Amino acid sequence: MDKKIQAPISDADAKELRAGDYVYITGTIYTARDAAHKRMAEALANNEPLPIDMEHNIIYYMGPSPAREGRPIGSAGPTTASRMDKYAPDLLDLGLKGMIGKGKRSEAVKDAIVRNGAVYFAAVGGAGALLSKRIISSEVIAYDDLGTEAIRKLQVEDFPVIVVIDSEGNNLYETAAKEYCRLS
Amino acid sequence: MREVKVEQITKNIKEMCIEANHYLSPDMKKVFETAVKEEESPLGKQVLSQLEENLEIAAQDTIPICQDTGMAVVFIKVGQDVHLTGGDITDAINEGVRQGYVDGFLRKSVVKDPIYRENTKDNTPAVIHYSIVPGDSIDITVAPKGFGSENMSRVFMLKPADGIEGVKNAILTAVRDAGPNACPPMVVGVGIGGTFEKCALLAKKALTRNLEESSPVAYVQELEQEMLDKINKLGIGPGGLGGTKTALAVNIETYPTHIAGLPVAVNICCHVNRHVHRVL
Repeated sequence: MDKKIQAPISDADAKELRAGDYVYITGTIYTARDAAHKRMAEALANNEPLPIDMEHNIIYYMGPSPAREGRPIGSAGPTTASRMDKYAPDLLDLGLKGMIGKGKRSEAVKDAIVRNGAVYFAAVGGAGALLSKRIISSEVIAYDDLGTEAIRKLQVEDFPVIVVIDSEGNNLYETAAKEYCRLS
Repeated sequence: MREVKVEQITKNIKEMCIEANHYLSPDMKKVFETAVKEEESPLGKQVLSQLEENLEIAAQDTIPICQDTGMAVVFIKVGQDVHLTGGDITDAINEGVRQGYVDGFLRKSVVKDPIYRENTKDNTPAVIHYSIVPGDSIDITVAPKGFGSENMSRVFMLKPADGIEGVKNAILTAVRDAGPNACPPMVVGVGIGGTFEKCALLAKKALTRNLEESSPVAYVQELEQEMLDKINKLGIGPGGLGGTKTALAVNIETYPTHIAGLPVAVNICCHVNRHVHRVL
């Protein structure tokens, strides 16, 4: 089912989404990938504040290519989410409502999604040029020294994603592949 | 003896890095078109059309096809009758990569040390494979490799008794485990034989082979077709969201091996299988 939602995402919206829904996101989201997650985990371990508030926010696992002049961002597709599995449950417990990436997640992440009524979206991997057109603005707000891995605040409009794991723990990767599997 | 200035190599490598990240080769486009037609899942079809549109936008607006513009893998065959002048060939190749990635607005994804992980900020060094060949030309292939799929690649040191069934299982295991992580539809490069490192290199080379060509060895050609059919029956589909197009092609290369071994490497590439070839 096609749905449109606003980011930050409300508890009600997050709960309503179902694995397999095609969703267009409009609003503010944040990027963070490997190095930024490692740094946020270190901040939490040292009881320091995080550079972004997790409450109701969506993190996009993405490190863009550099923007050409006059453009907000370069190519901007998702990276493999499982590398962030080690860090995601703590962020979900702090109120993170959505993650956009690609690929499988661990059981611990799935449990944290269910526990917190959150959602894991996939964007189409390798569609970075197309996805960049749905990003209206981009601003580095933390960890500038990490280059492409810095934390960015993005304004997106009708950013296309698919719900892979919903707040009930349904997993599209598992159900969809089974449906088309013809190998005994 | 033909004299070639290394700055010629720099200039070409720079152009090839930029070209590879914005335009796919004609054989890739062709297998893509077939995949869109044949995919049975509606969502899978939608993903494939998005990827086709993505290729158009990349070419028209000069935006890299994928933000992971890869680590630059360079295969360079230097004719033994070539005399290179004007500097160190390795430095010349890395300078080409540096210029391509910096001037071409490509992402710098290389860290200096695998543990300390400080970005080199110009995507160098490249991974360079040299060979010396007869003749007086220089044959270069630049293949930027993204790591979503590289991370899902595997080496299996099988036993001779495992035979061809063992090879088939190894390929299917690697692809099944890769699933949605490797950005399907994938291109699967397989190396069989040689040593531990030789089979990995064969698998990488297999990814740069034209997808419309099959192996000249009869049984390998059959194996390529059989594995493509089996992989597409796994159900993973475009984007891993279910469907009948999990792979676009399977390319297999073989090499003699030891009486005690059967090494198999499976190098998985996403649908952005980039390679540009030039002869100087």
